[in-house]
Order: sequence, then structure tokens, then C-alpha cells
Amino acid sequence: MAELSYREAVAFGIAQEMRRDPSLVMLGEDIAAAGGVFKTTVGLLDEFGPARVRDTPISEQAILGAAMGAAMTGVPVIAEVMFSDFIAVCFDMLANEIAKSRYMTNGQVSFPMVVRTANGGGSRFGAQHSQSVENWCMMIPGLKVVAPSNPVDVVGLMAASIRDPDPVVFFEHKSLMATKAAIPDGEILDRLGEAAVVREGSDATIAALALMVPRALEAAELLARDGISAEVIDVRSLVPLDTRTILDSVAKTGRFFTVEENPRLCGWGAEVVSIVGEEAFWDLDGPSVRITTPHIPLPSAAALEDLALPSVDRIHETVLKSVDSGSRI
Amino acid sequence: MPTDPRYDYALRKPRLPGPVDHTLAEADIDIGVRLGMYRRLHELRQFGKRAHDLFLQNLVKGTTHLSLGMEAVATGFGSAMQPDDYTFATYRGHAHSLARGMELGPAMAELLGRENGILGGKGGSMHLTDVSRGMMGSYAIIGAHLCVANGAAWSAQMRRSGQVAVCFFGDGTTNIGAFHEALNLAKVWDLPVVFVCENNLYMEYTPIDLVTAVPNPAADRASAYGLESIIVDGNDPDDVYLHARSALDRARSGEGPSLIEAVTYRSGGHSRADPGKYRPPSEIEAWRQRDPIPIYHDRLLSLGTPEGDLSAIEREVAEAIDAATEFAKAGAEPGESSLMTEVYADGGSRWRN
Repeated sequence: MAELSYREAVAFGIAQEMRRDPSLVMLGEDIAAAGGVFKTTVGLLDEFGPARVRDTPISEQAILGAAMGAAMTGVPVIAEVMFSDFIAVCFDMLANEIAKSRYMTNGQVSFPMVVRTANGGGSRFGAQHSQSVENWCMMIPGLKVVAPSNPVDVVGLMAASIRDPDPVVFFEHKSLMATKAAIPDGEILDRLGEAAVVREGSDATIAALALMVPRALEAAELLARDGISAEVIDVRSLVPLDTRTILDSVAKTGRFFTVEENPRLCGWGAEVVSIVGEEAFWDLDGPSVRITTPHIPLPSAAALEDLALPSVDRIHETVLKSVDSGSRI
Repeated sequence: MPTDPRYDYALRKPRLPGPVDHTLAEADIDIGVRLGMYRRLHELRQFGKRAHDLFLQNLVKGTTHLSLGMEAVATGFGSAMQPDDYTFATYRGHAHSLARGMELGPAMAELLGRENGILGGKGGSMHLTDVSRGMMGSYAIIGAHLCVANGAAWSAQMRRSGQVAVCFFGDGTTNIGAFHEALNLAKVWDLPVVFVCENNLYMEYTPIDLVTAVPNPAADRASAYGLESIIVDGNDPDDVYLHARSALDRARSGEGPSLIEAVTYRSGGHSRADPGKYRPPSEIEAWRQRDPIPIYHDRLLSLGTPEGDLSAIEREVAEAIDAATEFAKAGAEPGESSLMTEVYADGGSRWRN
């Protein structure tokens, strides 16, 4: 049992898989000698050598293209896009080429590849290095989308993503990098498409992702003092999406909330809320409520960024107000 | 408004082809290879013409981008490549697909959107793919597939398989970022990849020289990536074949990538919707005189091939095209059962439980 930070868990999970599969390779900017700008790939060059851990130029299209071409010819690949904001400069690769080629060729090609990227706010990096863009990827048929909230999930979901025969976009949250957890001994392999109930409750269901999970848990603690028992679900995987766990929880609690770091319009929670509305309407005792970043680019100043992202207080107050008003109906 | 000869296409100076290099008849190319190339030229030409006819009959929907007039490039490369080499092509990819041996019937059926199409009707004219023959796909967004070809070449390099990736694209591609990203990485990693620019002088509807900083859109960029500047006669299968052979040899022996600019001409428009009226008539006529097929026909005659052998090839190809057309027309429309398949590797499209 080793205690690892989230950032160490990334390299730990990759190393587990590179030891298992000698054909697995990785590429990206500053990932080899520098160990990654977020130090998430430290030690991999030393253990696996420069042929398997490759530094690239600043060429995101070339990076994802190389990963795609290697994957479709039988070499599994992990590609890093340094900041998830940069997905915009190679979105053609992700959205048009990698995601669609299997369908367009009627199944002639597969893409066993993972695109890792540092996602999310809280680091005061401003509007071009802080975005939560998981919804950009969620909306593309053909991609799978994963966003772990803790070091153990980083290792297990990384292994599951690498072993998955489809392209997986793996969002590592910048503001979770320093969080620590004990990692069990032995091989760790999780499953994509399974949400986790990380706190049980009976009055309200709160679905959250990545950095929003610890915030939702803290808010649930405050709500408990108010006499509200909140169940918190870590969604973990947007595609495949575990709607069963969410719908079962809503059936139990009768209230549904999402906590999303993405800006409000077309955030992942909008899809989940619509599923709950269509399939669990008669279980609901009040409207579903989305707690999101507003529809703005993220500001840089700490005070402003803190106002923009869903905070523990905002989650607490929103759920409290909503459940209170619901109970008066 | 004053007339500007740069933009008034009727006033533009025509870009004329160079002379045929008749010394290529003496090149060291096996006569069997040459006859194979003659057959291939006809196959690509007749397939393209038939695709056009079927479009006019409303049997091919959507769009088609034909390689009529440009067949020598795909032919020369296809004949020089090993069976397990990789081809990456653009939406103008019929010729490059057939040049790897894709069967005519399933190719034609794909254009017709039929169940017996090579892609079951899911890809269509712009995405012909046959992985079993090393044809790794036709990509319809300019630039991306150069980066993907690098990946296949990287894979071959890591597996020490001796395979080479050949990537075809048009002159217009040389002005998009992915072209430059791909060339740089290919050189830095010494990848076994051959980039083939088919310079047909027009970026869709716009003369390429109007929108490009250098006269030779690919060859003049080669030096920026430490590559040799190579221009070949894209209307001469022998010239293409010889350059293809040496670039493939270089790649296979670990000497890294090549960039080849094959100068050629589209006898038709950019796509089905384009009659190509923006080109000076004298230019079209001059290039018509440089049509690769009659020139190659004469070369084979000069090498002693009997006319009867050549006309037999033409006849056999015509019969094969007819048979492919019948195969395609006989195919059923794809049904709902295939609509939701092959989004993910489990064969389905399930995104939730």
C-alpha cells in the first residue's frame, strides 16, 4: 500500500500498463525528459526508454495523428495534449478522424488509444488554460470520456482506458494533482461506464465530476448539519455513462442536482438532467437543478475565478434552498 | 472596376505542361510492370468515367471527386509499393484505392450507397478504405491524414516491419498547418513515409499560384524540413514509378521521409458540382494533349508491345467496369440493421446503460 498523489498516480497507472504490454507507447510535449509540465509522467522515460516515451514538437495535430496512425496499425498509444484547452487546435483529429473512422469504414479500423489531458480551473491560469472541456468530447459519437476525481480512480481508470479498444479522452484535473490517497497493492483495473456512490443519502442526489466531487462531498457534510441527507455520485465516466446508478439514486431521494465545472450551456449535466427528466420524472419531488460555472470565459484573478466555479458554499446553498422550497410545495 | 489579370481567369496566362520525356522508354522498368500500369491507367480512367455517368443518372448521390487525367500518379505509386505498404488518400481517393487492388464492384457499390459497398454504404465516395489491401483510408478534411500517415509509419518503424506509408494529397493541402506539422515530425523521427503532392494547379476552384508564397507548392517547401526538392511528371507513369521506387527504397532502408511533387492536371472540375470554367481553354487543350493514357499507349507500342495486346487490356477493363456496375446496381439499399453498428469496437453504438 503506497500513498500517492493524483499526479503520481498518473505515472503509476501508465507504468503498470507499460510493464504489462511492451507494445504500449506514449508521446507528447515535454513528457519524456521533463516528466510532463504537471509532473504526471516522471520516471517513465527512465524505466521505458526514449523509443516508448517520446517527446514531440508543439504540434498537437501531429501528436494525435501519430497516435491515430499507430493505433490503427496495431500499436496501442497514449498521447498527451498538455492543456485540454489545446484540444481546440487538434479537434479535427479527435472529432472528425479518430472518432469517426471506425464507423465510416464499417468497422475496418480500431483505435486503442488514450488522449490524456490536463483539464479544469482553480489554477488562476485564465481563460485559455483553465477550461473544463469534457463536454466538447462527450458530444462526439465514437469517443469515450473519463474524468477521475481521486488517485485510486486515476490508476484504475487509466488501466481500463488503455485496455479499452476505443479512443478514450482521459481528463486529469489540474487542481486535484496534489491530493493524496493510499493505493492498494497489486494490479489495479477499474471499469469504464460505472459511476460511484461516494456518499449515501436519502433526501437529494448530487452528481459531480472530477474536482467537483470533493466539493460536493464537503457540501453534503454541511447539508447533513442542516438535516438534509445528500447522496453524492462521482460520475467518473461520461461515455459510457452509468445512468442506472443515477436513476436508482433519484428513485430513492426524489431530488436531483448536478455540479459541473463546464460553462452552463450544453454542459454534461444538461444531458443527465434530461435523462432524469425523461426516465425518472415520476420519482422527482421537485425540479432538477444544475450548479455550473456561468456562461463566461474563466477569469484569471483568484477572487473572480473562485466566484465563477461552483464552490462548496454555492453547492450547499443551492441544494439547501431548493430542497427547503421543494418541501414546502 | 479595372480588370485584374490575377483574378480574371479568362485573362490568366495558361500554365502549360512540359514536353514528354521520351527517354523514359529506356528506363529500367520491367515490361510486365508497364503492362500492369497500362491496365491500371485504364481501370482508373474507366472507373472515373463510369462514376461520372452514374452520377448523371442520379445513381451516385452526394458528390464525387474524380482523378480523370491524374491517373498516372496513383498508378505509378501503386505499382511500386509492396502489398503490405500503407496508402493514405484524400476524398479524391478512388484512383489510390483501386491502385492498391480494391475490388471494382465493392468500390462502385460504395459510391451507389449500397449494402455490398466496401464500407456498407457508411463512408461513400470520399472515404474508400480497404485495410486488407493496405488502403488505410480516404480522408475528407484537408491535412489531417498526413499526420495519420506519420503514425502508421511510426508504427512500422517500431515494429521493424519494413512497411512504408504513402500519403497522397493535393496542392491545396500545402497551405494548411497539418502539412507543416506532419513534415517536421516525419523528418525529426526519420519516419518511413512518402508524401506525394498531386499538384493539379488548382486548389479546388482557385489557381494554386494565387494563394501560395512559392511557385512549387510542395517542392519549394521541402528544404524547410531538410528534404530534397523533387518534382516529377505526374502524367507519366514511368517517371512516377521510378521516383516512387527510389523514395520507397529510401524509406525502407531507414533513410526517412520524402516529399514528391507530381505535376498533373484534372481534366474535369474539382467535384461533381464544378464544371471547371475558371481555366483558360488553351490550358485545358494543352494538358489534354498530355493525357497520360495515349502517351503511354504509344510508349508501349514503341517498346514492341503489339496493338492487339493493348486493345485486349482495354476491352478486359471495360468488361470489368461493366460487371462492377452491375454488381453495384444489384446491391440492396443498406437497412436499419447497420445504421447503429460499428461506432465502437464492440460493434455497436451504446453510450449508456
